[in-house]
Amino acid sequence: MVGVIRKLGKWGLGTFERLGRGHIFLYHVLTGIPAVLARFGLLVQQMLSVGVLSLLIIVVSGVFVGMVLGLQGYNTLVDFGAEQSLGVVVALSLVRELGPVVAALLFAGRAGSALTAEIGLMKSTEQLSGMEMMAVDPIKRVIAPRFLAGFISLPILATIFTAVGVIGGYFVGVGLLGVDDGAFWSQMQAKVDFYEDIMNGVIKSIVFGFVVTWIAVFEGYDCVPTSEGVSGATTRTVVHSSLAILGLDFVLTALMFGNI
Amino acid sequence: MHNSKTVEIIVGLFVALGIAALFMLAMKVSNLSTFSGDNGYVINARFENIGGLKVRSPVTVAGVRVGRISDINFDNSTYEAVVSMSIDGSYNTLPTDTSASIFTAGLLGEQYVALEPGGAEKYLQQGGEVRLTQSAIVLEQVIGQFLYSQAEGGDK
Repeated sequence: MVGVIRKLGKWGLGTFERLGRGHIFLYHVLTGIPAVLARFGLLVQQMLSVGVLSLLIIVVSGVFVGMVLGLQGYNTLVDFGAEQSLGVVVALSLVRELGPVVAALLFAGRAGSALTAEIGLMKSTEQLSGMEMMAVDPIKRVIAPRFLAGFISLPILATIFTAVGVIGGYFVGVGLLGVDDGAFWSQMQAKVDFYEDIMNGVIKSIVFGFVVTWIAVFEGYDCVPTSEGVSGATTRTVVHSSLAILGLDFVLTALMFGNI
Repeated sequence: MHNSKTVEIIVGLFVALGIAALFMLAMKVSNLSTFSGDNGYVINARFENIGGLKVRSPVTVAGVRVGRISDINFDNSTYEAVVSMSIDGSYNTLPTDTSASIFTAGLLGEQYVALEPGGAEKYLQQGGEVRLTQSAIVLEQVIGQFLYSQAEGGDK
């Protein structure tokens, strides 16, 4: 009995310790960002590995998600004779929800896990402590550029995902199923608002970008420097970021679209 | 593996692609290109019952969309709904005796305000008021009246 309580207390203290460490770490990373802007090349290099190399999976998934939406939406709407509204269905679901959320989930799997593994391996091969020995701050040199790159890349990727998805929906709806071309776009333009819908979607993806990259770099920096430690940290990155994305998505949706 | 110039070009292309996607969403998907409220003007109308009218519902003249509902308020003293309509600046020749009615697009579609221009020489300005209004047709009332008249007819 005492053992259970002891374990519970240890678990609780450990959780709070990590939570606190994560926030102090975030503070250090944020204060390191001006140093990154002074060395722009580091940021560009990370934008390539975090952002550009995630482009393929984002574009391909975007096309297919848009196509599935077009197909499913058409099958539902055609029963009500409202297949003209297909454009609205595809665009609103992509702009408000699927674009930011699916792009962030893919980003967590593709780029977040890679960030964690890279930083974790740097730690376990003692490259980070090597830098500290040379009086180079690893947070400024290694972590902050990666954090900033992820934070900038995800909104761009989510926007591309949404745009490509709409084109995919257009391809299936208008190209294959024969919805009227003009009605598809005009109904979409009538119902989708730039500030209410598109900008709120972009804000969502900015929040997700912040959280996902934060979790990824923290798990890497904080991992146990062994091969099991790195593998556990990578798993935790994907699991925790996915949960954070879905949970935050509900909160943000309630804040943005909650009151009609 | 990559020299730094190639990397910079690729990343630049990536950012440009993101901006292009946002531009496409703004122009092609949303209403930013078709209606901007900047150069428009606002007119008000009072209705006894607005039915299911919502903010951002369309305002039409002769079936052509000329603006949107920008605000809906309730007047505490007259118990009427005050509907503010933001009309696009290019449609600035609505006469002062224009009438406004709330119609439904299709049988169960969304509700919109249809303006019908009168014959006055003066035009509605910013903050002007449409005096002739016709409330929304509430389906339950229509059915109720129909049943009532049927019942009356049956007695005779």
